[in-house]
Amino acid sequence: MIRSQQASCPVFKPRIRDQPWLNERLHQILSRNPAMIPTPDLSHLTTKDYDHVYEPAEDTFLFLDALEEDAESLKNMHASICLEVGSGSGCVTSFIGKILGPSKRNNWLFAVYLCTDINPHACNCTRLTGLQNTYLPIKKVDINPVNGSLATPFQSRLVHSVDVILFNPPYVPTPEEEALIAQTSKDIGGAWAGGWDGMRVTNIFLQAVEGLLSEKGRFYLVALKENNVPQILKTMKDVHNLTGKASLHRPFDTFVVVNIHEINR
Amino acid sequence: MVRLITHNLLACHAKDCNTNNFPLQFKDVQLEIREADFNPEFLKGFMPKIEWKALVETAIQLGDTSLPLEQPEMLDEEFLKNLHHVLLEIHVEEGSMTCPNCKHVYPISNGIPNMLLAEHEIG
Repeated sequence: MIRSQQASCPVFKPRIRDQPWLNERLHQILSRNPAMIPTPDLSHLTTKDYDHVYEPAEDTFLFLDALEEDAESLKNMHASICLEVGSGSGCVTSFIGKILGPSKRNNWLFAVYLCTDINPHACNCTRLTGLQNTYLPIKKVDINPVNGSLATPFQSRLVHSVDVILFNPPYVPTPEEEALIAQTSKDIGGAWAGGWDGMRVTNIFLQAVEGLLSEKGRFYLVALKENNVPQILKTMKDVHNLTGKASLHRPFDTFVVVNIHEINR
Repeated sequence: MVRLITHNLLACHAKDCNTNNFPLQFKDVQLEIREADFNPEFLKGFMPKIEWKALVETAIQLGDTSLPLEQPEMLDEEFLKNLHHVLLEIHVEEGSMTCPNCKHVYPISNGIPNMLLAEHEIG
């Protein structure tokens, strides 16, 4: 049923095992320059897990590339709280754990990694991925998954406190009803079904970002070109007084990673 | 892994529940203690974000009385080690958390808190 749902979408979050051509792309990514930060180890997750949890795909890897490109400035932030919304497999949080993790230069500081996902299977995968990924000198990335929607369980305690917010939302344009059902059923469909413009869930979260971001904080969002990125940036500026830019924007990609932060930073 | 560092950042978010909705009260808990790397710099940096009274009361409920009722001005090694243990090494694996105001119950299973609300409870 899920695959037919996918097939009905004009654009969809691709899944590697359904898309042989992606294997080639994946191979390119995994065999990136060894000086690069390695892609987190996900070998503990099985096809059974991926029946319920979004399998890292091209959008995920673009997200990692964008974070890697900003690695220096992320390290210099001395972040103490990092929140990923819709953490799925836990790949992205494990990756940023490697960037923000304690180092001598960082005065051995490290961040607390909070994650939310409405899908309980995803929360469990996120937890396991944190345990699986060992980075020296830290033993592991201590991820704290919470089965919840967007940032709502943290909203009142983390007012202007979060240094890095990460969100790879369900951005695929789908019938509104499909997006609604996907969010209610709390399974894999919630990872892509995004309503008529793919912005149904993202728009709700954009309202909350300003209240969560710390003074030095930044928000990374994955978007599809069809989501109208200039409009997202304009809304964030006009309504929430935040500025941003497409931080990684490669001409042949369908995706954009948007980086949003306070104007006077 | 509901550690007290996470618990200290969670509040009830049910519809119209805006006051006295923190800290959530643990009930029927199963605890596990897992060693974590001691990092005094992290603890010092994180202290301003902690709701101290909530942390101390919760620790006492879970049987740990090592923290002082007031946040001390002098942060000696013994204090930081106790804080490290309370914040990062006590894991609540099973049980539930109840809102002190509206009494909404958030279950914890396999170390993951279920903070989801039903459609009619969302604010």
